[in-house]
Amino acid sequence: MSERVGPRAIVAGHGDFGVAMVDVVRRITGDANALRAVSGQGLDAGGIERAIRAAAEELGAHVVFTDLPAGSCTTAARRVARETPGLVVVTGASVPMLLDYLLGEGTGVEALQRAAERARDAILVFGGREGRDVH
Amino acid sequence: MSIEVYRIDDRLVHGQVVVGWGQPLALRFIVLVDDAIVQSDWERELYRMGTPPEMDLFVESVESCALRLPEFDSRADPGLLVAPDVATMARLCSMAPGIRQVNVGGIHHVAGRVPRLPYVFLSPAEEAGLRALAATGVAISAQDVPGADAVPLDDLLARDGS
Repeated sequence: MSERVGPRAIVAGHGDFGVAMVDVVRRITGDANALRAVSGQGLDAGGIERAIRAAAEELGAHVVFTDLPAGSCTTAARRVARETPGLVVVTGASVPMLLDYLLGEGTGVEALQRAAERARDAILVFGGREGRDVH
Repeated sequence: MSIEVYRIDDRLVHGQVVVGWGQPLALRFIVLVDDAIVQSDWERELYRMGTPPEMDLFVESVESCALRLPEFDSRADPGLLVAPDVATMARLCSMAPGIRQVNVGGIHHVAGRVPRLPYVFLSPAEEAGLRALAATGVAISAQDVPGADAVPLDDLLARDGS
């Protein structure tokens, strides 16, 4: 397990979702060592579960962020979390969510709920036919 | 409308199913056929929570599914049936001869399987199972998402997906 202090997270999803998210965080903050990407590409359900479990154990992760609630990475992560005390799964991951979690206070469920709220607040719709912003 | 797709997919209910097929076909129910999952409350709930609220999810054993197929087929809305492997689908087809088409949507790599497509890896036993199923008159093709080309069984088995 990693000796790193502070939040540690797996980012898992379809295709290169995890790799891209980790790369974006690295470009914004200069440090994405608290993140590990896992892809479900080419793996069966058991393979995805093994990949997430191995990454979570190696990093000592507090959370697995995934893309779709119905995605195979979410299903696999929930199976891993069931057997891993303290490990949380958060779906619908976004850049604002990851940044808030990594840069904010805490590592547990309260910190994740705050990050999820920040991610929801970051969804804005600009423009439209009337030229008005819709929030 | 009834069941529009009979699919073999080892990931069962996941993004390609609920979004890739679910959106264009306006699916309103999914039948998950798996003799192990049906026995676990936790596993059933796991898949139920991953299913969009506008879709019903039915988790069945092969036997119970065969009995309920007329009920599913009498529904007015479109549905998709998914089984985890060739053997499960073959057993279902033997008990429910009305199934005439099977979609191979995802059989991923494990030891002993060879690649046929990026999302289809088959062992010799699975290939024999698919050929046997086709010999009963079931049309079999591989297609992961609706926008992809369907690959008929003979073409699939002739491919080297490596």
